[in-house]
Amino acid sequence: MKVSLKWLKEYVAIGDSPAELARKITLAGTEVAHIDARGGWQNVMIGEVVGIQPHPQADRLRLATVSLGSEQETVVCGAPNLTLGDRVAFARVGAELIDGHTGAKTVLKPAVIRGISSAGMICSEKELGLSQSHEGILVLPSDAPLGASLADYMGDVIFDLEVTPNRPDMLSMLGVAHEVGALTGTAVGEPVLDYAAAGDSIETMVSVEIRDTELCPRYSVSLVTGVRVGESPAWLKERLAAGGVRSINNVVDITNYVMLEYGQPLHAFDFDKITDGRVIARCAREGEEMTTLDGIARRLIPGTLVIADPMRPVAVAGVMGGDVSEVDGGTTSVLLESASFKPASIHRTVAALKLGSEASRRFERGISPLITLPALKRATQLMVELSGGTAAAGVIDCYPGQEERSAVALSLSEVKRILGMSVEMPHVSRILTSLGFEFREGPGDEFAAVPPYWRSDIRIPADVIEEIARIIGYADIPYSRLPSALPESLVSPMIEFKRRARVALKGFGGSEVITYAFASEETLSRGLNCQPEMLPLRVANPMNPDQGCMRTSLRGNLLQVLAANIRREEGPLFIFELGRVYLRRAQELPEEPEMLCILLASAGPDKRWHGRKEAVDFYDAKGLMEGLLGELRIEATFVPGHDPGLRPGAQAAIMADGVQIGVLGELYPEVARAFDLPAGVYLCEFNLSAALPLVRDLVYRTLPRFPGAERDLALVVDETVAHHQIVDIIEQFRLVTGVRLFDVYAGSQLAPGKKSLGYNLSFQSPDHTLKDAEVDGVLGAIVSELGTRLGAVLRT
Amino acid sequence: MPDIKQQISELRASALKELDGLSQAKELEEWRIGYLGKKSRLTELLRSLASLPIEERRELGQASNVLKTELEAVFKNKEHQLRCGELVAAGEMMDVTLPGRPFPAGHLHPVSQVLSEISDIFAGMGFQVVEGPEVEWDSYNFDALNIPPEHPSRDNMATFWLDSPPKEPEGWRMLLRTHTSPMQVRTMEQVAPPVRIVVPGRVFRYEATDATHLAMFTQIEGLAVDRGISMADLKGTLFEFARRFFGADRAVRFRTDFFPFVEPGAEMAIECAVCRGGGCRLCGGSGWIEILGAGMVHPRVLERAGIDSTVYSGFAFGIGIERIPMLHYGIDDIRLFYSGDLRFLKQF
Repeated sequence: MKVSLKWLKEYVAIGDSPAELARKITLAGTEVAHIDARGGWQNVMIGEVVGIQPHPQADRLRLATVSLGSEQETVVCGAPNLTLGDRVAFARVGAELIDGHTGAKTVLKPAVIRGISSAGMICSEKELGLSQSHEGILVLPSDAPLGASLADYMGDVIFDLEVTPNRPDMLSMLGVAHEVGALTGTAVGEPVLDYAAAGDSIETMVSVEIRDTELCPRYSVSLVTGVRVGESPAWLKERLAAGGVRSINNVVDITNYVMLEYGQPLHAFDFDKITDGRVIARCAREGEEMTTLDGIARRLIPGTLVIADPMRPVAVAGVMGGDVSEVDGGTTSVLLESASFKPASIHRTVAALKLGSEASRRFERGISPLITLPALKRATQLMVELSGGTAAAGVIDCYPGQEERSAVALSLSEVKRILGMSVEMPHVSRILTSLGFEFREGPGDEFAAVPPYWRSDIRIPADVIEEIARIIGYADIPYSRLPSALPESLVSPMIEFKRRARVALKGFGGSEVITYAFASEETLSRGLNCQPEMLPLRVANPMNPDQGCMRTSLRGNLLQVLAANIRREEGPLFIFELGRVYLRRAQELPEEPEMLCILLASAGPDKRWHGRKEAVDFYDAKGLMEGLLGELRIEATFVPGHDPGLRPGAQAAIMADGVQIGVLGELYPEVARAFDLPAGVYLCEFNLSAALPLVRDLVYRTLPRFPGAERDLALVVDETVAHHQIVDIIEQFRLVTGVRLFDVYAGSQLAPGKKSLGYNLSFQSPDHTLKDAEVDGVLGAIVSELGTRLGAVLRT
Repeated sequence: MPDIKQQISELRASALKELDGLSQAKELEEWRIGYLGKKSRLTELLRSLASLPIEERRELGQASNVLKTELEAVFKNKEHQLRCGELVAAGEMMDVTLPGRPFPAGHLHPVSQVLSEISDIFAGMGFQVVEGPEVEWDSYNFDALNIPPEHPSRDNMATFWLDSPPKEPEGWRMLLRTHTSPMQVRTMEQVAPPVRIVVPGRVFRYEATDATHLAMFTQIEGLAVDRGISMADLKGTLFEFARRFFGADRAVRFRTDFFPFVEPGAEMAIECAVCRGGGCRLCGGSGWIEILGAGMVHPRVLERAGIDSTVYSGFAFGIGIERIPMLHYGIDDIRLFYSGDLRFLKQF
């Protein structure tokens, strides 16, 4: 909403500077986004063109003599619209203007143009910074005071208000005036609604019928006959321009002016085009069509409200008129509509027809039905004054949806309960009265407030309390500390679990990435190398096709991120994402397990001095997962995996308590290629939601009090024997406290089909110092057991 | 006596001069014996003082001791200097400006970092951190928060709907939550007051992506409900948050604002870090940076969650996360957060 300060001052006296006023309005709930000061011109005066002579040296230039009242100046002027007798904006040397050609700020200097010296300039709108128009000079109204400063005459400040959805009243000058009045403690003067209704009674000419009273609670009309449609006076055009509305003709301009002034959208019908003078508010019928004022033929949506005559629809109610009832140059009788429409209905209509307007924007916010009459009277008054018409006697006011303007009852203690501060009764009374409320005191600390006719947002005590608080100013509410009652525990272990995982991965050198929760089905299946097990949830209205469904896996999006980075980075790359996937469930919200996906890759050799030269491999990925699982206190085993997205034979499933909680391995070659990735990308996927219940308690072990012993064991086994089979056997022997693999060998020194594994074993007793014989005894038993069960022999 | 004073002074001069010229450990040892040893000139001099009258003895004794302390100190320095010279000669001279062997340094996403930091601050004030579903029912996302169908506020929160049949028999429709506020309702349905939670999480808006808009972003929601919770508690809590997060030197401003699920509604802004309230490009000339929306929980929201609004009251707030690092670091394109570009992420 654009608010002209000059216009605002018609209703309320303002002592504050524009900046201070904007601050007050902003703090009270309506943000002033911009203050646009127009004017401030110095050395620019209002002059009259009193003489025009040809330029002796140039055909396209003329010499204009401008009277400034007591003196005259002669300047060179090239404007085609220079006309004798026009009032113009005359800039003297020294005036700060905008260069009409370059748009830069410039100070007017004395000039000699084609041999004639020019002591000033007649300005275009662009040169004054009013618009981009530089076609000709600005012509002022003929009553512009000669010799006066242009800044005094035309200067204004335009506030650009960002009005919240609850305050349709702030989309009107009077609403803003009342707000300013309350904020500055100044009385507000509304227009006096008084006009001669010299015509016949309106009832004899017009009838109104509301068929859907739910969608149209109130419909008020007046009639003005003998209207001459023409141009609006300058003051009216100026105000519409300040409000950002284009001038069309006096009739339409008046409806727009009253909309800006009262916030009530009005519509003017050419009464002679309304069949039988009958106006009907009803729902559109199946198949009905109408051409709106913007010239577009529209199919109306059944269930949306139209204004019709007995023959056809003549307007889309509250949104836009139809061309069949349009006011044009030949119109002589104007039916003015001022109605109240149900916001939801207007909203539906706007959405269905994709047609919004200044009117619908106001209706959608829920305008008070009490404004229809004052606004109608104001518009009728202006029609009589400005179009030479005669108003019919009376108005028709159909008001089936009439509601009692109800008082909101509350108490000072309720105010204190919500605001945390006491406000005295006289203060509350003063505030509410200044906002236009009707205030009733008592009994006790109770009071009641009836909202003013222009406010539709005050219904419950909390609404009134906000009014009190915002006029006092939120700055005056004290600061306090929350009461100390202890809430019921809602501890969510997942949050801490995720944080531990993140911090651990950062510690290992990973960079956290967050990608969109959306994916395309194609990316999803490309990442998984198969159709997702479960059909992903589809977005009904995706922003673009790449975001057509909710991801069921983190892989696709993260692989795309890796591909984008691998071209830019060098050396080892380690990224991870921790986020949810969305798994469909019938009749329920989807399951949203928390997943972790890690990608390890080498973006070429690390060229840095001391940088790691070798590429990442399977055991980097496994070591990383082992480290992470240790951090998270999850005991897991790794078994050969069968993930279709990973290379067979180079992947492991991560198992804990018989449940698969993750997978890791090298990317399946075709998957890598599909994402434009090189070979040697390793992926780890881990289901945090599945793993969380498996977290072990930390078990403290007392530090050993007796020295331990160590032995090395070099075994030769069949290639098919897995490391963990050996470890499982060794760990079952008493006194063994640690098994570390230190060497794996297969090659020419061994028989074909054999491999050698070197282990370092630790032995310890909690209650005595171990003797060599004791340790060697256990070692012998281990070797023999390994021999029996796995065919292992000592390497010699 | 002047004679002895003279001797002390000469002794000092010659000792320092000689020491200066030394370059071998052996020479240094000789110097030590000569000047500080049992038979040194200084020791002799001290011995000779015994025959002097008590006053002179005291004065000269003091002077001799000062000299001794000084010579011991310069000896230590010289000894260290020569030892260093030896070590340098024996070992290799490092170029300390060469780069070190890289340790893998990881990075947490800036959004994770800010969320943790803010959660921690509120946890410190007794708020519990909880999370809620990202796919929601319209009933929780809108209706229960006093946003009925066709309310203009629904336009401001353009919604992604899911292609899923409505829930029977309620007729609820599935959507991507447009804010973290549904957890206000879910929590109040689950536990009786007092309630004190913060809810971090991602939210979605059907908006074309550009430098300042994303279809997915992050919020943290807060809710406190109990008997006697007031706007003053709201102000105190959020002021304390601002003080801990932004620093005590940034002024805080509360103004009226509108959100359908609170009444009275508020917005908190902090003084712009660049212009300190004077007005600049960063803050759009206002001198203030909007940080969060807040307000007293709307009585209808309390009642719908089964809480008697005449007995209990509460406040709620919501903070947009990405804005905070954007303003702090001058990041001019919000898309960078979810681009996965490591050149961006590795700076945090």
